[in-house]
Amino acid sequence: MSSGSTQSIIALTGIRYRWRPNAPIVLDIEQLHIAPGERLFIRGPSGSGKTTLLGLMGGVLTPGSGHVHLAGSDLAKLSAAARDRLRADEIGFVFQMFNLIPYLSVLDNVLLPCRFSRKRSERAATDHGPADEARRLLDRLGLSEETLLARDVAELSVGQQQRVAVARALIGRPGIVIADEPTSALDADSRDEFLSLLQEECSASGAALLFVSHDVSLAHHFDRTLDMKTLNRALDGEAIKP
Amino acid sequence: MTALIHLAARSLWNRRFTAGLALLSITISVALLIGVEKVRTEARSSFTQTVAGTDLIVGARSGSVQLLLYSVFRIGDATSNVSWESYQRISSHPMVAWAIPLSLGDSHRGYRVVGTTDSYFERLRYGGDRSLELAEGAWFDDLFEATLGAEVARSLGYRIGDEITLAHGTGSQSFLDHDNMPFTISGILAPTGTPVDQSIHVSLEAIEAIHLGWQSGVPIPGQEVSPEDARAQDLQPRAITAFLLGLQSRAAVFQVQRAINAYPDEALSAILPGVALQQLWSLVGIAENALLVVAAFVVLAGLAGMVTMLLASLSERRREMAILRSVGARPVHVFGLLTAESTLLGITGAIAGFALVYIAMALGAPLAQASFGIHLAPSAPSPRELTLLGMVIAGSAFAGAIPAWRAYRLSLADGLSIRT
Ligand SMILES: Nc1ncnc2c1ncn2[C@@H]1O[C@H](COP(=O)(O)OP(=O)(O)OP(=O)(O)O)[C@@H](O)[C@H]1O
Ligand SMILES: [Mg+2]
Repeated sequence: MSSGSTQSIIALTGIRYRWRPNAPIVLDIEQLHIAPGERLFIRGPSGSGKTTLLGLMGGVLTPGSGHVHLAGSDLAKLSAAARDRLRADEIGFVFQMFNLIPYLSVLDNVLLPCRFSRKRSERAATDHGPADEARRLLDRLGLSEETLLARDVAELSVGQQQRVAVARALIGRPGIVIADEPTSALDADSRDEFLSLLQEECSASGAALLFVSHDVSLAHHFDRTLDMKTLNRALDGEAIKP
Repeated sequence: MTALIHLAARSLWNRRFTAGLALLSITISVALLIGVEKVRTEARSSFTQTVAGTDLIVGARSGSVQLLLYSVFRIGDATSNVSWESYQRISSHPMVAWAIPLSLGDSHRGYRVVGTTDSYFERLRYGGDRSLELAEGAWFDDLFEATLGAEVARSLGYRIGDEITLAHGTGSQSFLDHDNMPFTISGILAPTGTPVDQSIHVSLEAIEAIHLGWQSGVPIPGQEVSPEDARAQDLQPRAITAFLLGLQSRAAVFQVQRAINAYPDEALSAILPGVALQQLWSLVGIAENALLVVAAFVVLAGLAGMVTMLLASLSERRREMAILRSVGARPVHVFGLLTAESTLLGITGAIAGFALVYIAMALGAPLAQASFGIHLAPSAPSPRELTLLGMVIAGSAFAGAIPAWRAYRLSLADGLSIRT
C-alpha cells in the first residue's frame, strides 16, 4: 500500500469528514503520519475537530473520503467488526474526565480492554494473569493499595481516575495511546505528575502517544507538535466566514 | 457473551433502585399470570380428585353440571328430589356395588348439612382411592348425632360433645331454625381437601325428624315436635336429593346410565362426573381465558415499565457507551448489553414471580381450603407454566430491543465524543 502505512502506526491521507450527509466538512486533512513510539502533541481550540480526528483514527468514524491506516491495515478495507477489533487491539484511549465505568471496580475498569481484545488479553497475561498485570500498572501509576482496587470508582479523585484510565489504556501493550485532553480537569501539579507518568509508561510499553489538548504549555513535553489550524484545512474555510 | 452478562448485571446492580422497581412490576405481573394458571389447574385437579371415586351421580332430571355442582360440590340447590322408592330400586340393580344417598337443603352457620347413611363414610372415595377417616370421635350413630368435616370443626372451633342446631335452607343467614332439635357432635373427620371438609353429616332419619311438623318449607304453627316425639315416629325418608353410585365394573357405566335415564316412574338423570366436569370447564373456560388475557396484559405493562426505565437511563449512559466503544466494544455489544439487562430483569422477575406464587400458595392454602374446598398443593411447574415463563423471558428480551436499538443508534452517532 502507501509507503507511510508500513512505517507508521497511524497514517491519514486525504481525509474529509462530515458528521451528517449535508453537514459542513469538519475535518479535512491531507497527510498525517505517526511513527511507532512517537510522542505527538496535537493542539487546537475547542470545536477544531480534535475528538472527531481521534474517532477517525480509532475506526469509530469512517471518513467520507481518504484513507486511515492503523497498524498497517487500511481501515476502509476492513469490516466494521474488524475495525472495532483492530481498535481494541491497537489503541488505548484516555478521555478528558469520567473515564471509568461507574458500576465496575477499579480493577474491572482496567481489565475492560482485555474483555474485548484477545490480543491484549494474551499480551497482558504473558508473565502473570491480566489481573496481575493490571495491579502492576496501577502500582506503577501510584495506585497500589489493595483498598483502592476494591473501592467504588466514583469515590476516586479526578487525578486518580485519570491514572486508572491510563492503566486501562496501557494494559496489553497497544501500539498507540490516544489521550483526549486528559489533563484539563487536573490542577497544575497533578497535571505535570500525570503527564510524566503517562510518558514514562508509554515509553516503557513502547506505545506511541498521541496527546490532544488546547493547552499549549504542555507542548514542550513532546517530540512533535501539530496545530489543528494548520492540520485541518476545513478550519480555513470557517475562518473566512464572518 | 459472559463479559456482557457480567457488565449487564453490574450495571443493573448500580441502578438497583430503579431496576428494582422495574423488577418488582415484572415479578408481580408474572406472579399474577402464574397464579391464575396455577389456581385454574389446581382447582381442576382438586375437583377431579373429589369425584374420582364415583361412577355415576343420580338426581332429578336436570343439567349435568347443575347436578354435579349441588350433589358433590354443594354449590347451588336441587330443583326437585328423588323418591326413596326409586333410590332403593336403582341401588339394588345387580351392577351397582354401592350407593350413597344425599339429602341436602339444611345448613349450620353457612356450612351445608348432608343427610346420608353409613355408606357415605364407608364407600366414599376421593383423590384416587382414599377413604374417609375420623380425626376423632365416631361416625354418627344416634338420630341426633352429627359428624363434622375437618374444616367445619376447625373454623367453628367445635369439639366432640358440643351441641349444634341446624337451620333450614342453605344461606348463612337462615331465619328458620330447627332449634327445637339440637345435635350432638359425635365425630370429626380428617381433612380430605374436598367439600367433605365443609359438610356436616347426619342421618337421613335426622333430616326427616327435623322437618316433622313442617310443610312446604315452613313450620306449621303450633305443631312443634320435641326430640322425644320425633324418636317415636316413623322416620323412613320419603325422598332424597341425589345419590352417588359405585358400579361392580366401570365397563357397565353406560349401560346403567341408560337404564336410569330411561327410568319409567320418575324423570331422573344419571351423569358421569368426569364428563360433567368437562362441561363445567368448557363453561368456565371463557372466564379463565379472560383472566389469563388480563394477566398477560399486566405482564405487558410490567415489560413496558422496564423499557421506560431502560430508555430513561440511556441519556445518562451515553458516556458509558462511548467508553465501551473506545475499549473495543462493537455497536452490537452496546445492543447486547441493553438486551442482556432486560433479559436478566425478565429472568429474575420470572423466577421471583414464580417463587411469589409458591409463597402465596403456601400462605393461602388454608384460606382456599376453607372458602372453596380447593386443595392447593405446591407442585412442580407444569409444561404450560414453563411455556408462560419462557414467553415472559422472551418478551423481556424483545422489549429490551427497543432501548437497545436506541443505544445502538446513539453510540453509532456519538462515536467517541462523550456527551452527557
Ligand atoms: N457526535 C457528533 N454529532 C454531530 N456533530 C458533532 C459530533 N461531535 C462533534 N461534532 C461537531 O464536530 C465539530 C468538531 O467537534 P470536536 O468534538 O471534534 O471538537 P474538539 O476539537 O474535540 O472540541 P473540544 O476541544 O471542545 O473537545 C464541532 O463542530 C462539533 O459540533
Ligand atoms: Mg474534544
